[in-house]
Amino acid sequence: MWVAQVLVNALVLGCLYACISIGFSLVWGVLNVINLIHGSFIVLGSYLAFGLYQSMSISPWYALIVAAPLFFVFGYLLQLLLLNRVINAPVLVTLTLTFGLDLILNNAMIYFFKADYRKLTLNPPMGSLSLFGVVVPVDRLIATVAALALTGLLYLLLRRLRVGRAIVAVRLDRDAAVLMGVNVKSIHAIAFGLGAALAGCAGVLMALIYPISPLTSSTFLGKAFVVCVLGGLGSVSGALAGGLLLALVEGVGTTFLGPEYATTLSFILLIIFLIVRPQGLLGRKGFE
Amino acid sequence: MTRSNVALLALLVCFASLPLFGGAYALRLGTTACMYSILALSWNVVGGFAGYPSFATAAFFGFGAYMTGVLLNMGLPLLPSELLTLVASLLLNGLLGAVLLRLRGHYFAIASLSLVEVLRELVNNATDLTGGGMGLNIPLASGSGIMADAIFFFYAMWGLLLATAVVVVAVSMSKLGFGLSCIRQNETAAGMVGLNATLYKSIAFALSACFVSAAGGIYAAWVHYIDPSDVFDVLYSIEPIVMALMGGIGSPLGVVGGALLYFGLEEVVWRNYIQIHTGVLGVLIVLLLLFLPHGLTSLRPRILFRKVKHV
Repeated sequence: MWVAQVLVNALVLGCLYACISIGFSLVWGVLNVINLIHGSFIVLGSYLAFGLYQSMSISPWYALIVAAPLFFVFGYLLQLLLLNRVINAPVLVTLTLTFGLDLILNNAMIYFFKADYRKLTLNPPMGSLSLFGVVVPVDRLIATVAALALTGLLYLLLRRLRVGRAIVAVRLDRDAAVLMGVNVKSIHAIAFGLGAALAGCAGVLMALIYPISPLTSSTFLGKAFVVCVLGGLGSVSGALAGGLLLALVEGVGTTFLGPEYATTLSFILLIIFLIVRPQGLLGRKGFE
Repeated sequence: MTRSNVALLALLVCFASLPLFGGAYALRLGTTACMYSILALSWNVVGGFAGYPSFATAAFFGFGAYMTGVLLNMGLPLLPSELLTLVASLLLNGLLGAVLLRLRGHYFAIASLSLVEVLRELVNNATDLTGGGMGLNIPLASGSGIMADAIFFFYAMWGLLLATAVVVVAVSMSKLGFGLSCIRQNETAAGMVGLNATLYKSIAFALSACFVSAAGGIYAAWVHYIDPSDVFDVLYSIEPIVMALMGGIGSPLGVVGGALLYFGLEEVVWRNYIQIHTGVLGVLIVLLLLFLPHGLTSLRPRILFRKVKHV
């Protein structure tokens, strides 16, 4: 029976990991920027959900609707005003720049929200579901479904909408996209905005499950790294596969070795993947 | 030897006179400044000469701190433990470099960053050897008064800095330095003309690791207590890059100048605005990268008076 429990846990956690990483993967794939602010965006989203619930008792499900446009505008402006200036610089410059921005945002959050761990507790609590001896908390289950829905929405956007096709075009070949009349700067800003919006929404969902503190941002960022490298860069299905694999490895590692080795295991897996199969499980050039 | 390298060595020799007119606090600042310069100079070998964006400095630093700390706890004196740490780091990272440096660009950056995470978690879990999250207490090395201690550790760090600077300058003038700059400019072409890129990169990685590890060892003996979140702090990876960016990547004199300037700024910010010091560091990074991407050495008086040109 415990095998089923580990598998179900991995499935639930994997979808959440995919949701954490998908925005990071989009930005890395389209802009070729390792976006170190991603973790802080997620935490900021959690604080948004927490604040809305505490002050106006708006449920986190509605907070998603508030978070998405807010974070999109934030990310759009950040890319347009700052990152677009160095977008063609070597990786050292873009990476260090996003690290600097992350320091600013994280310090601001510690300053205004304090570093205390908080928890969003729904009242009344949602309880948990038990089926054939496998226990799943309901809030986790709903968060998983919402994470899957967000992932699916991004997939549809990239496949069906004009702007989505433009994003894919820029990812595939920037120069050719310019020749076809795509405004690359604006597409970059939109892609970064989308990444930020997805991070904010992921943060809202994480608020239901994990304690909230600015100090957790590096944990989320680390997960996003591993998921992106495992699954393959810049594709929705890759992020999903990477998230599931990471959750499975962590679950099995926790069961057999103990929870303290889960992180070590995932990062060792990351380095092995980087060396042996840097394109990831489903890696290929192109976004859907 | 170029003029800037002579200037660098002269500057470092002048630095040795600090104990003549400074108290214990000034010596403490001096020791930290030397440590930062070692970190920045070492990063410059792989990040500046070879052009690989390494974020592994914190891993080297923590490795050295823990290795020296454990050796000191076993009863070994400071000097042999330092030398052992240096050699171990050189060999280990030479091997590691041969594996990791097959990656390029973003992938190398991520791999070097996760090296820090892996080592921190390993140290965290090896409670029997390292004390895990409880940290590691390190016996006092000399214990002959505050001032004597301060002077001892200042000269230890300074001596290491001098050794680092001599090695880095020697590398920059040697065939190795030339090979590394070929790799930076075009690795494929460098391979085509018969340069053993893997060997050169491994040597560069090992050289950029060993002095940082030794500095970590002196740091551990100096502060008497280390814990994983302190010595594996990712800021140790980022700060050398910021210093190098401030001074101008590639030039040893510029990098040391950047380290000293960064250290001065950090001291002022820490002292006055402790609550927002990381935010101020972030603002500094952003401004630097947007407006002065080639560092302070690119600022020449005539730039200020030059007409604006479109390039």
